[in-house]
This record gives sequence, C-alpha cells and structure tokens, in this order.
Amino acid sequence: MTAETTTNSPEAAAVPPPGAASAAKRTPQGHRRLLTRRDRITLGLMAGVPTILHVALVWVTALASIALAFTTWDGIGFDSIKWVGLQNFRDLFTSNPQFWPAVQHNVIWFVVLILIPTPLGLFLAVQLDKKIRFSRVYQTALFLPVVVSLAVTGFVWQLIYNPDTGLINSLIGANKPGHYIDWIGDPHLNLWAILVAACWRHTGYMMILYLAGLKGVDPSLREASSLDGANEWQTFKNVIFPTLRPTNTVVLVVTIIEALRAFDLVFVFNKGAQGTELLSILVTNNIIGESSRIGYGSAIAVVLLVISLAVIIPYLIATFRKERRA
Amino acid sequence: MSATLATKQRTPIRPARVLLHTFLVVTALAWLAPLLWALFAALRPYSETSTKGYVSWPDKLSFDNFTNAFEQSDMTHYFGNTLLIAVPAVLVTLFLSSCVAFYVSRFDFRVNLFLLLVFTAGNLLPQQVIITPLYRLYLLIDLPGITMSGKLYDSALGLVLIHVAFQSGFCAFVLSNYMRSLPHELTEAALVDGASVWRLYWQIVLPLCKPAMAALATLLSIWIYNDFFWAIVLISTGENMPITSALNNLSGQYFTDPNLVAAGALLTAIPTLIVYFALQRQFVSGLTLGANKG
Repeated sequence: MTAETTTNSPEAAAVPPPGAASAAKRTPQGHRRLLTRRDRITLGLMAGVPTILHVALVWVTALASIALAFTTWDGIGFDSIKWVGLQNFRDLFTSNPQFWPAVQHNVIWFVVLILIPTPLGLFLAVQLDKKIRFSRVYQTALFLPVVVSLAVTGFVWQLIYNPDTGLINSLIGANKPGHYIDWIGDPHLNLWAILVAACWRHTGYMMILYLAGLKGVDPSLREASSLDGANEWQTFKNVIFPTLRPTNTVVLVVTIIEALRAFDLVFVFNKGAQGTELLSILVTNNIIGESSRIGYGSAIAVVLLVISLAVIIPYLIATFRKERRA
Repeated sequence: MSATLATKQRTPIRPARVLLHTFLVVTALAWLAPLLWALFAALRPYSETSTKGYVSWPDKLSFDNFTNAFEQSDMTHYFGNTLLIAVPAVLVTLFLSSCVAFYVSRFDFRVNLFLLLVFTAGNLLPQQVIITPLYRLYLLIDLPGITMSGKLYDSALGLVLIHVAFQSGFCAFVLSNYMRSLPHELTEAALVDGASVWRLYWQIVLPLCKPAMAALATLLSIWIYNDFFWAIVLISTGENMPITSALNNLSGQYFTDPNLVAAGALLTAIPTLIVYFALQRQFVSGLTLGANKG
C-alpha cells in the first residue's frame, strides 16, 4: 500500500482516491480520543504558527488596506491618519485621469489572454497529447518562457521592440529618423506590444494545464467515440472538451488572477507610463513613487481586492463543496 | 495508468502527421526566437552592432559581454542575496505548509475546512492588494542588530517572511490534498501504538510526501528566485536586492549598450533554466498539482 502511494506520480496522488474521503470520515473521532495533551499542543503549534504568519501578513494587511482606503495618510506618524469616508473612492472614480484607463487595460489584458493564448495553449496541448515523437522537445520550447522571470522577459522583448536597435524596426526599416515606430513609447501601441510578450508566456502555461487535464480523460471515451464514427473534431467538441470542464474553470480563474496581477512586464517596459497604466502599477506608484498617498493607494488596492474576491470566493466554494461531497 | 497502455500503438506516417510536425517545429522556433535573439545580441560586441546594425551577419561572436556584465555588475553579490532569500524561504515554506496540511488532512477538526480556505484564498490574492499596509508594517518593525537596516524593511528576513506567508497558501492546499490520499490505516495504527503526533508527521507522513515536496520545492525555488515585485517594493538599498530586481536597477548603467543588458538578463535566467532542465518533471507536475483539482 505504501509503495504504491510513493510511486504514484504526484498529479495522480493529489486527487484523493474515492475511498479516502469515506475513510477520513470514519477514523477521526477515534483519532481525537487518542490524542494526549502534548499531542494537542504540538498540533496547535503546527497549525497555529503558519496560520498566524499567513493571516498577519496577508489577511490582516488586506483588512488594513480596506480601513486605510477611507482615510488620508502621508505615512508619517499615526496621528496624521484622517478619516475621510468615501472621498478617496470619489476622487478615484471621478477625477483620477489614470484610474479608468487602468481598469480598461486590466480588462483588455484579461480578454486578450483568454482569447489568444488560452485557445492556442489548448490546441497545442491536444496536438501534443497525440503521443507524437519529440513531444518533450516541443513542450520544453513552448514552456520555456514560463520559467524565465517576467523581469528578464521584459528585457528580452525590449531588444525586439527598441525603436533604434530593436529587431522589428531593423527588419522593416523603421529605425531611421522620421520613420520611427516607437513600440514602447507610443501610448497607442505599447500596451499591445507588451501583451504580445504576455501572450508568449501565457500560452505555455495554458498548454501545461490543459495537458494535465487531457491526461485525466478516460481513453475509453475516445475509443467509443471513434467507434461511433465521430471524426477528430467531433470527438474533441462533443467528448473531450466537456470532460475538460474542471480544467477550464482553473484556466479561467488563473487567467483572471494573472490579468489582475499583471505588473512585472509593464514595470520593466516603461514603469506603467502613458498607455500602459494598470491597477497594480497605480498601487505601487503610490508607495515607491515620490508621493506617499497611502489612503489613495489603498483605495485602488480595495478595488483590486473586491474584483479578486468576486472571482476567488465562488471558485473556492465550488471547489471545496465538491471535496466535501466526494 | 491503463491509459498509456491502451494507446500504445504505432502510428503510420501520414501527411497529417507531417503537417502537424511542421506546425509544431515552426511554433516551437517562434517561441524560442526572442530568447535566441537575445543570445545573438549578447554574443556580439557593441561596436560591431552599432555600425552594422543588429540584423547583420556577425564578424565576431564572443562571451565578452557575459564576462563584462558579470564582473561590472558584481553579479556574484546579487546571486548571493538571492540565495540568502530563496533557500530559507523555500525550506520554511515547505515545513510550515506541510504542518498545516498534516493538521487539516489527517484530523477532523471543525476548523479544518475554514483554515484551508483561508490559506488557499490568500494565495490567490494579487500581491498589490496587501502591499501598502505591509510596506508600512515593515517600516514600523524595528529589528536593531538583527537586520542590516535595523528594520524588517530593506532586509532579506522581510522578503523571506512574505514569501513564506504568501506561498504557504498554495503549498498547504496541494500538500493537504496529497496527504489525504495516503491511507489512514498508516497513522491510525501508529497512534494506537502510542506514537506521538509529531512522530506521525515526521516519520510516517512526511517521508511519504517526498514526491509532492520535491515538485513544490522546484516550483517554489523558481518562483521565489524570479520574484520581482516584493523585492522592488520592500528593498530600497540596491546592495540588498536579489538578482532579478538588481538587474532592473543596473540596466540604467548600461543604458547605451543593449548587448550588455541582453547578456546580463540571460545570465540572470541561467539558474532557473538549469533547475528547469534538470528537474523538468518535478516542475511541471508541481504546477499541475493544484490545477488538477477543480
């Protein structure tokens, strides 16, 4: 029994076998009665220390963001914190010239990621799942961008986009005075230029997620479908794709979160200057920039928090409900 | 497992296969192109590319830019900073999250589900949601004599703490799923025999989790090594920066020499590439550990 568990691949073992959950329901009461005082202290520490650290640094700070969003504070001394109610939000929604563009760019970021690299990643996964030769080599090449840090990715793509020395302008002869295409500086172009780099990276990520999902598809389904005379596309559309539902949910959540988190690429490219504003960049600029407007920055963070929780909570409820039922 | 056996049939060479391979070769090359282009630029001297342009046949290829970037920017120092952050962060994250996972997966306390929810949801939050108060908190906490800066801010310790706090969410989720799949009889018998809870964890459960731990360790090392955001915000002294954010700082110095920047960027990426190529299996399975559920 133990040998079997250890030799299992992690992904197979991560999904509890159907029997495990019912076993879990049976034993714990017995377990609990056997615990000594010392065991209880040990257990308390094992759960307590990590929980305190996580809650203090992640959740308490998230709550503090909410509280600070209703104040103004220059960060110097606690007595300068002033309650201002909804003023920060009012300013943000009505008079900040960067806020709505940032929201728009975050939405564009998500839409582009879900429309281009996601289907492409799925398509590549389906092709690579056909047990073809050199599959490993193709996978490695496509997945490489995910391994390289986003900061490095930013530098690498600047070599392609640089107006003077970049690959694209050199190839199309747009690197001479008067013919410049400024991929990084032009506010109509830069977001799209960065998104190409973001898609480059996201495709490999999606491909791996879908490959993992496809591994879990029961091969007898495929056989039955081909026996019924369905062609490849029909099999995919009617048989395979519906079974990928759990993967699709994960992909959707991952992509929304990625779109909300987008930061590194933009920061390396042009620090979120005109044309590439993002919510994450606005929050950060309020901290490491010259102006220290804590309350205002927190208000933007709260917007980010609310959008994130609107995605995270339903996802987790669905996931954990399934787990309980299992 | 039977899946691989059932489909183990030889596929004859068909035009569709040739087309597929052509498509995959082209795509794979296109995906490698940006990195290869950076490598090409890094191998050429600046003097040559500035006169001939970047799209030109090279007269001379050398590793000079790599050695220059390495020496001029004192990369060993920054690699050292990264090690100082990443090694403890990975180890502590794995230890603490396996403790939590053990707690929630092997016992049936009422708080378990809630606890796991808290950890998992925390990891999904965008970092920017918590950064403003965290930054202030780090400035508030005085640690004279413990960190160079005298505060949690601008210290390796501060980065380790936030990495541990943030990443333990994902690891606790993955490890608890893994531990739940281990047969309950294992720990039950030991508990009846009078083994302590700590022994159950340390001598029975943890050794069985090695595959998952290895996968997570690989994934965490790459993530933490690649971190840019926390370091940019929570470290102010250039000297204290880990390699990825230091590169951003230093690029200003060689603003006029893209070849050198390319070499520097590629040097930064080398450790992650080595880890990836050496431990590819672990890395990919780690990434899909959490995603398979849903």
